[in-house]
Amino acid sequence: MHKRSNEPIVWSLFGAGGVVVAYSMPVFILITGIAVPMGIVSADVLAYDRLAGFAAGWFGKLFLLVIISLPLWQSVHRIFLSLHDFGITGGEVFFRVVLYGAALWGTLLPLYLLIGM
Amino acid sequence: MSTRKPYVRPMTGWWLKNPVYIRYILRESTAVFVGIYAVILLIGLIRLSSGEAAWNGWIDAMRSPGAILFHCVALGAAVYHAITWFAVAPKVMPPLYFKGEKVPVEKLVTAQYILAGVIYLVLLGLILWS
Amino acid sequence: MANNEKTIEIEVLRYRPEEDDKPFLQSFKVPFTDDMSVLQGVQYIKDYLDGSVSFRWSCRMAICGSCGMMINGVPKLSCKTFLREYYPGKITLEALKHFPIEKDLVIDLSDFIGKLESIKPYIVPDAPRALEEGEYLQTPRQLDRIAQFSSCINCMLCYAACPQYGLKPEYLGPAAIALLHRYNEDNRDSAKAERMQLLNAHEGVWGCTLVGYCSEVCPKDVDPAAAINRNKVNSTIDYLLRFVAPRGGN
Repeated sequence: MHKRSNEPIVWSLFGAGGVVVAYSMPVFILITGIAVPMGIVSADVLAYDRLAGFAAGWFGKLFLLVIISLPLWQSVHRIFLSLHDFGITGGEVFFRVVLYGAALWGTLLPLYLLIGM
Repeated sequence: MSTRKPYVRPMTGWWLKNPVYIRYILRESTAVFVGIYAVILLIGLIRLSSGEAAWNGWIDAMRSPGAILFHCVALGAAVYHAITWFAVAPKVMPPLYFKGEKVPVEKLVTAQYILAGVIYLVLLGLILWS
Repeated sequence: MANNEKTIEIEVLRYRPEEDDKPFLQSFKVPFTDDMSVLQGVQYIKDYLDGSVSFRWSCRMAICGSCGMMINGVPKLSCKTFLREYYPGKITLEALKHFPIEKDLVIDLSDFIGKLESIKPYIVPDAPRALEEGEYLQTPRQLDRIAQFSSCINCMLCYAACPQYGLKPEYLGPAAIALLHRYNEDNRDSAKAERMQLLNAHEGVWGCTLVGYCSEVCPKDVDPAAAINRNKVNSTIDYLLRFVAPRGGN
């Protein structure tokens, strides 16, 4: 009757991602997507040597993993719940696999890349 | 004999029927931009791991007008996400007591704005000047 | 009646199960004075214009929780809302959203009553207490943890505000979870583990997506959204802790 839900797993990742997005993403979007491309700040701040050096250290690896992976979990969780809001009630397993699978891929791939850098 | 015939109203288009619901759907929609931006960052990481030429290609791709337009909208979405996140956080965390008094919700929200402001400045400082 | 009286248009969503296949709007012109509530407006309709209009009411003072209805699309207690607030515009009344309409403004609330019973909305002591042992003691801080959530009058406005309840009626919903939280947080109660099973389920706290409208419409400032979402944290801790301490598992 009252079957325990496994939602705490994805909800925790969603919550952590939501915090990361709220407290950091506006700055990253501003720098990588607006300020540097429009030449408002020098492209040197995103120079290859600088970023590659950052990704070489353990703190840099962890930082990049957190800002890429957790927002993905936050995003797919909201999108998954929105499907139901918009009346898409079928194919729950399919959407779970596709969306949460994408977030898992978006965690394991950067993890693999960062370890190798 | 029972003449009961309860009528269940349909939910079609419910999200447009109340400004509160519209703001809710708007909040949930920010997830699309957050997700796309996270994928853009992930592509950036893939390029970074493949060497300097690939990385510079990613930087060039960010200069296209379409990319800049997307990031302007995404910035708005991320800020809207932050505003709504700070607004509901006091409903998720357990009540906080200070000197025996419950800390009011408004102060908790303000505290988050201050914290976010400090973190934004620190991040900007580290990215731009270090 | 007094000379200064005005007339307001009130539309009522009618549904008569014996005659109608679906609800329809019926308009009434109601003379009113500034001190009249929406409930009094509907009572005027029943007394003078159409005696077949059905609605629930009792106390007329926002404590019995019977007279909730959608007033221009917003769930409100009709006794606590005044006709003058809408004049010269018109008022549209509809039975509380997300519940089946039994007749006119009367909803079928059996689903909510069942949920209310299921959460054991009463203190379950761990052992029977003899009279000579005296009263249960509670500090002001302990009372403060539950006071807000104990103000619920079961008016169901929060269910009418919650699209998730409308989309999935199996969801336990705002008021039931707020009251569940009120008893779980009570230092005199010991049925928390049992109630947690309801929260931990898919139909429990996980039915909520924090729209937050439940807390906005609550006439008693209960803040069900806070009760639900704090219990998402509790349920998550419970989920993880069962691997350490098996007592919380199912």
